[in-house]
Amino acid sequence: MTNLEGNQQPRDDIYGPYDASFLQSSGPNQHTQSPVVTGTSVIAVKFKNGVVIAADNLASYGSLARFTDVKRLRTFNETTVIGFGGDVSDMQYLDRVLSSLDIKESYADDGHHLNAKNLHTYLAKVLYKRRSDFNPLWNQLLVAGTDDEGKPFLSFADLLGTTFSAPTLATGFGAHLAQPLLRRLVPDESAVEEITQEAAVAAVKDCMKVLFYRDARSLDAYSIAVVTKDGIDLREDEKLEAQSWAFAESIRGYGTQVN
Amino acid sequence: MFRNNYDNDSVTFSPQGRIFQVEYAQEAVKQGSVVVGLVSKTHAVLVALKRNAEELSSYQKKIIGIDDHFGIALAGLASDARVLSNFMKQQALSSKLTYGRAIPLERIVASIGDRAQTNTQHYGKRPYGVGLLIAGIDVTGPHLYEFQPSGMTQEMVACAIGARSQTARTYLERNLDEFAGANKEQLVQHGLKALKNSLPQDKELTIDNTTIAVIGVGKEGKMENFKLYDGQDVSVWLEMDSGGKSDGAGRATEGEAAMEIDS
Repeated sequence: MTNLEGNQQPRDDIYGPYDASFLQSSGPNQHTQSPVVTGTSVIAVKFKNGVVIAADNLASYGSLARFTDVKRLRTFNETTVIGFGGDVSDMQYLDRVLSSLDIKESYADDGHHLNAKNLHTYLAKVLYKRRSDFNPLWNQLLVAGTDDEGKPFLSFADLLGTTFSAPTLATGFGAHLAQPLLRRLVPDESAVEEITQEAAVAAVKDCMKVLFYRDARSLDAYSIAVVTKDGIDLREDEKLEAQSWAFAESIRGYGTQVN
Repeated sequence: MFRNNYDNDSVTFSPQGRIFQVEYAQEAVKQGSVVVGLVSKTHAVLVALKRNAEELSSYQKKIIGIDDHFGIALAGLASDARVLSNFMKQQALSSKLTYGRAIPLERIVASIGDRAQTNTQHYGKRPYGVGLLIAGIDVTGPHLYEFQPSGMTQEMVACAIGARSQTARTYLERNLDEFAGANKEQLVQHGLKALKNSLPQDKELTIDNTTIAVIGVGKEGKMENFKLYDGQDVSVWLEMDSGGKSDGAGRATEGEAAMEIDS
């Protein structure tokens, strides 16, 4: 299982003990008004017999690239991958919720398992409950796996409890930069049957590169998972290959140059 | 003079190791009219004999649909069955709403089993005075479970509970081998025959006193929802059975031709 709770706290022997006086211990309990440490895009595509999903390994603190080894894809039941965008602490909370759900479900040991569709329904309910308490879990999720019939499943859920489904999905900046590119490959549900795993992986890797070029809160280290009915192939320390920054020369209007 | 001192509550064991309140509750199941359940590889069927308190009154409900994929038949206190069925309806709905999943039968049966068992363990509580047959399908196929007031539950191939149910069970035991391969119609006919065997001399099955419920896997593996046949709807099933009153021994020789209606 993906470890989303790796020890990412600054080491005491280098930075000194954490100064807890920065934390407010008195006063009213505050609900999340905005995310703090955030993950950027998650992107995913369905193909003939599965789903490819990817997210980079960066957790940003505002515009600061604060943590560069945060894994934002987690597996469930060896059949489902969930990709998290948005607040990292809320992701870690959801990770714990999912782990306890996994234990509860496995304890019965009766041959009944939650599939990706079941998990997506459940997570959307958790998110909607929290937003109804005016205390949202500040995340955008993609859930990838298979449905009741063993067919590829891909669906979205966010902090408002909004859900939708499509053969290609992307959260955050990816919704603007990657989604149009992925749609060119898979325009509709009927096109999914024609897409091979190789083509889907290549398209997702291409998109990760475009996102690294153009999303300032992204990283060239990323995680990618392929989910089929045979299981999950999750790689957590991929590096973007064959980068070319030649296009940067021609960009005008964002820097200090005059013309 | 020789009053039983060990049956005042359900938490006290007798010196012989018995809990009389639980045994009395099991007697209440035997007072209820008979219900029969069977499963094949594709279907689960419940058949029940309804009773009316008097000639002019209506008949007591014996089979309750819980969700699209399962239902129960009861023998014993109907009001206790209502408590349990309302609980099961809530659990089934909650599973459907939170996970989009039809609740696995094994789990819903275990949950009423646990509930009934705690009643036998707490002072001031009493066991449920009802036995249930739970029939339905889930991703692992069709199932039939028996539930007893003690909290005992077990999966069955065929089962009968209620008054004079022993004769029905005898029929089921004698024809056990035929159930697995039976189609929907054949399974219902076996159920009706078992039910008929448990009938007293002067009684027979009519559209008024018979209830049938069927659930199963239909064409292309699609689920046929739990369907209850009551009143006029039962006549089709009763007419399908060619033989009149059963021969007691209940070998399934008669009426075989009549079973070949649908294939």
